[in-house]
Amino acid sequence: MEQANVPAKESEARMRHTISVLVANRFGVLTRIAGLFSGRGYNIDTLNVGPTHDEKVSRMTIVVKGDDKVLDQVTRQLNKLVDVIAVQDFREGEYIDRQLILVKVKSTERSRAELMQICDIFRAKIVNVEPEDLTIEITGDESKVEKFLYLMSTFGILDISRTGKIALPRQGE
Amino acid sequence: MRNVSRKDLQKTARPAEPSGQGYKNGADAVVAALEKAGVDTVFAYPGGASMVLHQSLTRSRKIRTVLPRHEQGGAFMAEGYARASGRVGVCMATSGPGATNLVTGIADAYMDSVPLVAITGQVKREMIGRGAFQETDVFGLTLPIVKHSYLVISADDIPSIIQEAVLLAQTGRPGPVLLDIPKDVQQSSVHPQHSDRSFGGCKPVPRASDEELESLLVALESAERPLLYVGGGILSGEACQALRRFAEKTRVPVATTLMGIGCFPETHDLSLRWLGMHGTVYANYATDACDLLLAMGVRFDDRVTGNVEEFAKHAKIIHVDVDSSELNKNKRADLPILGDIRDALDRLNEMLETEGRPRKDHLAWHAQIAQWKSRYPYSYCRVPGAILPQQVVEETFRLTKGEAIITTGVGQHQMWAAQFYQFTRPRSFLSSSGLGTMGFGYPAALGAKVAFPDRQVIDIDGDGSFLMNIQELATAITEGIPAKAIILNNQHLGMVMQWEDRFFAGNRAHTFLGDPRNTERYYPSFKKICEGFDVPAEEVHHPEDLRPALERLLSAETPYVVDVHVPYTEHVLPMIPAGMTVRDVILGPLPDEADSTSAERQRASSPGQRPGLG
Repeated sequence: MEQANVPAKESEARMRHTISVLVANRFGVLTRIAGLFSGRGYNIDTLNVGPTHDEKVSRMTIVVKGDDKVLDQVTRQLNKLVDVIAVQDFREGEYIDRQLILVKVKSTERSRAELMQICDIFRAKIVNVEPEDLTIEITGDESKVEKFLYLMSTFGILDISRTGKIALPRQGE
Repeated sequence: MRNVSRKDLQKTARPAEPSGQGYKNGADAVVAALEKAGVDTVFAYPGGASMVLHQSLTRSRKIRTVLPRHEQGGAFMAEGYARASGRVGVCMATSGPGATNLVTGIADAYMDSVPLVAITGQVKREMIGRGAFQETDVFGLTLPIVKHSYLVISADDIPSIIQEAVLLAQTGRPGPVLLDIPKDVQQSSVHPQHSDRSFGGCKPVPRASDEELESLLVALESAERPLLYVGGGILSGEACQALRRFAEKTRVPVATTLMGIGCFPETHDLSLRWLGMHGTVYANYATDACDLLLAMGVRFDDRVTGNVEEFAKHAKIIHVDVDSSELNKNKRADLPILGDIRDALDRLNEMLETEGRPRKDHLAWHAQIAQWKSRYPYSYCRVPGAILPQQVVEETFRLTKGEAIITTGVGQHQMWAAQFYQFTRPRSFLSSSGLGTMGFGYPAALGAKVAFPDRQVIDIDGDGSFLMNIQELATAITEGIPAKAIILNNQHLGMVMQWEDRFFAGNRAHTFLGDPRNTERYYPSFKKICEGFDVPAEEVHHPEDLRPALERLLSAETPYVVDVHVPYTEHVLPMIPAGMTVRDVILGPLPDEADSTSAERQRASSPGQRPGLG
């Protein structure tokens, strides 16, 4: 979906936000929250939802690019939702984040050794081997996995499946 | 509005006790829980998926069920009831088309923060998602226009959900709550669960901090030209008395929004009446000139601010609201204060009293305002032989002594009703202000009349708006609800016509509502329609007939309709065109201008189709 709310030339200046939302684990919560973004013409980059240590509570981690002022408004609207318990808009350095990626890469007999070497450096795991390709599992923060994917692209990426970013604050609850 | 902390909620969160052997079924549980929540009226139109609920309603001794003739009418009645009384309005409809007909009412309540509980029947659980007869995902449809919503999937949850829904609708910033209840849930047995909701539900109502209130008073001490800009939040926060004490103590003039009309008596010497696009010139001038704007329970709506950058440009802005998402939303506040307004005003008053702060009289400021007031009153030029719509409202004001509850549709008549009727009591001007929904007036009047049977309730309506929910005349008769209607009939979609005159060279684009083949006669005949409904009605063409007709309307003990034929050539003035500033205001005739020959009038009557002017 196009991000209709903001003129194109400003798009570079817009901040990427990682928003963590604790919600009551009830049906309809996801639509309510997604609606606050889509209703303003914002596309969610990644979204991860899963229960916390309390099964009645889920944590959603949403990565979205957008104008700071509008996202501040969205955060306030999120706070108003009955099913929302807490909202945090993480800033750089305040949080730890990870994502997990499964990537299928073309491999030949000649390239396999080099691939394995790179996997070693990045502590990635080869989880499946086929005559023509490898499937690799890698976890890490954004810069690490992006770098890894960049290296893999020279071999030829056939497919990718990735979790959204998950995040927790360094300090506090 | 009620202040509820989470603790209170938990304490009271026990579901309604089943009487004797328990509820007969889920529908009985719904009705019992509504009774327990203090609901005394439900505006409900039945259908296949909600008939079980209606069966239960017939057994209720506490709840009156009013049968509207269209679900949208029912929703507006519930809104009228809620807006007039401050209590939760409840409307009900069946699944599918019944539910979609409620949607406009729900959106309307959302925009104007009206406490509304809308209950819809839904197809049986096993049929959901199968394209069943009269199936609509109303939960999904209404997501962006509700404060909260529930699809009830277990009858056991009904008592706690109803209780929470009613509480949510009226707590903090009020709003609509939707309950979608499948038919088989209504029919199944109920074993109420003690809800162990440790989160969710009502969030605690925020309170302003002492420091924030102190800063407000400090700002007030140094201000030369302070102004209170107050809105619907004063009414829903039940802060009218507190506001009045604060304004009188500090001698700060008060301008309200359209939603705030009546929260401060418009006849008070500190009142600037209301501001915005068609508000008083002096309120808009004061907003432009003030150096401190105390915004309370308002949302800086575009019809108030015009060009928001220029709005109150020279002022320090302090914005108090119970909803954090309103702070800094449309206009940056120098000091945003999150908190309940009644609480904030009460504490401010207390601080002012105990500390005996030096009080400024702002004499120069008041003198300036007085000058604007005498120079720019709401005005119009009389036309010999014609009844102008403004005169009708003025006459109604005189005859009712400003004591009536006035409802309106949307358009020119709505603005004239707000301009030429002076409101002194809270919750007396009921109007679809945010969504601007035509057809709101008459059903809302019925709802208000149900809430206040002893007060005069009058819908001042336009011919277009009145026609949009005219079927509710049947409700008025069959339910015995004597709400009155005065139609300012100009045969046009007046406000759009006004914009055509101003911005489209008077080209009429489907804004003529009469009979295009015979523009001389008034069409339709509201009198004949009323006759079919058994509602007494009369037409008024001549100025001398107006007063007696209105007197008959006021003394009638039945519903009554007066259809006043007015010229279509009047414009609502003053007017600040959309997105402009107070400097671009188009003024009405000034007091020293001669009657009936102003340039304004000649311009207004130039182009367009000409129906008979009556």
